[in-house]
Amino acid sequence: MAIAAEMAGLTRERMMDMFRSMAQIRAFEYRAYELYREGVMRGTTHAYVGEEAIAVGVCSALNQDDTITSTHRGHGHCIAKGGDVSMMMAELLGKETGYSHGKGGSMHIADIDKGILGANGIVGGGMGIATGAGLSAKLLGNGKVSVCFFGDGALNQGILHESMNLAAIWKLPVIFICENNQFAMSARVQQMTAVEDPSIRAVAYGIPGSNVDGMDVLAVFRAATEAVERARAGQGPSFIVATTYRFLGHHVGDPLNYRTKEEVDPWREKDAIEKLRHYMVDNHVATEEEAAAIEAEVQANVDQASTAAKAAPDPDKSILMDHIYA
Amino acid sequence: MALAAAPATTGTKVMTYAEALNEALREEMRRDPTVFVMGEDVAIWGGGGVFGVTKGLVEEFGPDRIRDTPISELVIAAAAVGAAATGTRPVAEIMYVDFMALAMEPIVNQAAKMRYMFGGKITLPMVIRAQEGAGRGNAAQHSQSLEAWFAHIPGLKVVVPSTPADAKGLLKTAIRDNNPVIFLEHKVLYFTKGEVPTDENFTIPFGVADVKREGTDVTVVGIHTQVLEALKAAEELEKEGISVEVIDPRTVSPLDVDTIVTSVKKTGRLVVSHQAVEQGGVGGEIIARVVEAAFDYLDAPPQRVCGKNVPLPYAEALEREALPYKDDIIAAIRRII
Repeated sequence: MAIAAEMAGLTRERMMDMFRSMAQIRAFEYRAYELYREGVMRGTTHAYVGEEAIAVGVCSALNQDDTITSTHRGHGHCIAKGGDVSMMMAELLGKETGYSHGKGGSMHIADIDKGILGANGIVGGGMGIATGAGLSAKLLGNGKVSVCFFGDGALNQGILHESMNLAAIWKLPVIFICENNQFAMSARVQQMTAVEDPSIRAVAYGIPGSNVDGMDVLAVFRAATEAVERARAGQGPSFIVATTYRFLGHHVGDPLNYRTKEEVDPWREKDAIEKLRHYMVDNHVATEEEAAAIEAEVQANVDQASTAAKAAPDPDKSILMDHIYA
Repeated sequence: MALAAAPATTGTKVMTYAEALNEALREEMRRDPTVFVMGEDVAIWGGGGVFGVTKGLVEEFGPDRIRDTPISELVIAAAAVGAAATGTRPVAEIMYVDFMALAMEPIVNQAAKMRYMFGGKITLPMVIRAQEGAGRGNAAQHSQSLEAWFAHIPGLKVVVPSTPADAKGLLKTAIRDNNPVIFLEHKVLYFTKGEVPTDENFTIPFGVADVKREGTDVTVVGIHTQVLEALKAAEELEKEGISVEVIDPRTVSPLDVDTIVTSVKKTGRLVVSHQAVEQGGVGGEIIARVVEAAFDYLDAPPQRVCGKNVPLPYAEALEREALPYKDDIIAAIRRII
């Protein structure tokens, strides 16, 4: 019964971990929306719902001490790389027990011990940082790989050109992952990006570029594994474009006046979590009951995290001026 | 038999500002293998750097640690952030401070804020070196002095050495510091000479101003070339019996307000001078801090002797007119004495 998992290059446990991680992300994101609407969360939140296969497929190909840079839509990357759901939830509510004592909020969660170099409020802000992490890994010879997640909206930031070129000429162990969720706020990728297939830009840097179905976690895992092997072998960076769809709005306040239900529905039918569930059940990797138990487990994690976050104290005013300098 | 204590190397050596910076880099790279240099033309050009600051370093440390980069200021700064976050101590060079305009995002939004945003859970031991200043006919895009841009951002430290000894001691401190440091050299000062301590442990702490000359009648705070201009002014006015105290803050963030305030309480008069344009400059901040702390001690309105509010022109006659020199400092002192 584990043959199907092994064929995918995974143990049964790891495949179930992937399912757990994707389900955890989705449960977290829906709870974040609820908390925002309840009025207990400030600012905004950008949901990763629909895109879970990318973060999970990529991070499953990494070691704990490999690093990632994330985006404003960063909760999924953080959870996939091993971030603590309770500390994340507390940070969303601006509480003392949050990752940053409430100083960062949704867009600025990091966990250096887990290799999470931070979500980022600047579109493309992680690209150069990931390149520098790759440089550091090369200089120190520690074999670490640096992954840079970004959306299709970041494809047209100048830093991408500078980063890809630098990573390529220095053969840095950097993997650029574009999560093409079709939209940069209201702007469609076809409207803002001159080429139909952004992965062909890799040619300009002499690095491998590929497309992968971002709604298929096993396909993402395979593509990422190949890029990781190449990076660890000292062969330099790769560029992967994972095609996906943002099921919810850009953020919780999105008017969503730029797309129709008719457009969204077929994408929802490609749901990556459902796809993996069916794969596991059909191939006897896990039973429906086991999958349901995992979903109950992640929901309980979220319930516990949000209850604890609501009960947690606000940060003390005395910490305002702390943490500016080391 | 007890081992003899290592002899203290307390000597000094005369060297240029550029040579002093070079020695600081060399010593710190020998001391810590995680320190590396990257920037445009830092390795090959003329043996290392447009002004020779990185001269000879690639021969000693190799191309891995002395890295020539493409002309990509944005990723130079951003990669420094990522490298600093993951176990190395980058010293990135931006060839002219004017080009910092291309590199501001990672400096201002990432480097300066990551530690705070992440609740103190990251350290970023990084230095970004650049040279600024006018006086060599480099015109509007290669002559600005932009220390105020960086002093305005909490999370950054901003260093402005005026002498070879300060350049060496402060750069060594910058490299050992666990925060993002913007280290601004002055292109006219590279060729000035001075006594520089040879002790490898010689460092100068940040946030400690240096009284370059003691005086009793007026306090002049100068940055970069204006320390030298102020010293010339002081020498000239001494002949008339006017005693000028000259203070070099050496770092504008953190700023040693105490030393300046103590001086003004003694002299009752303040002149600040920098090549950076007057509007929004560090001089206004220094005056504000002094007025807040020592208003009752002031016998006359504080004076700014700064760059005129104009893009730097090319022609020598125009460039000189735009910049503050010794005679402008003397005139300002005469206005308030």
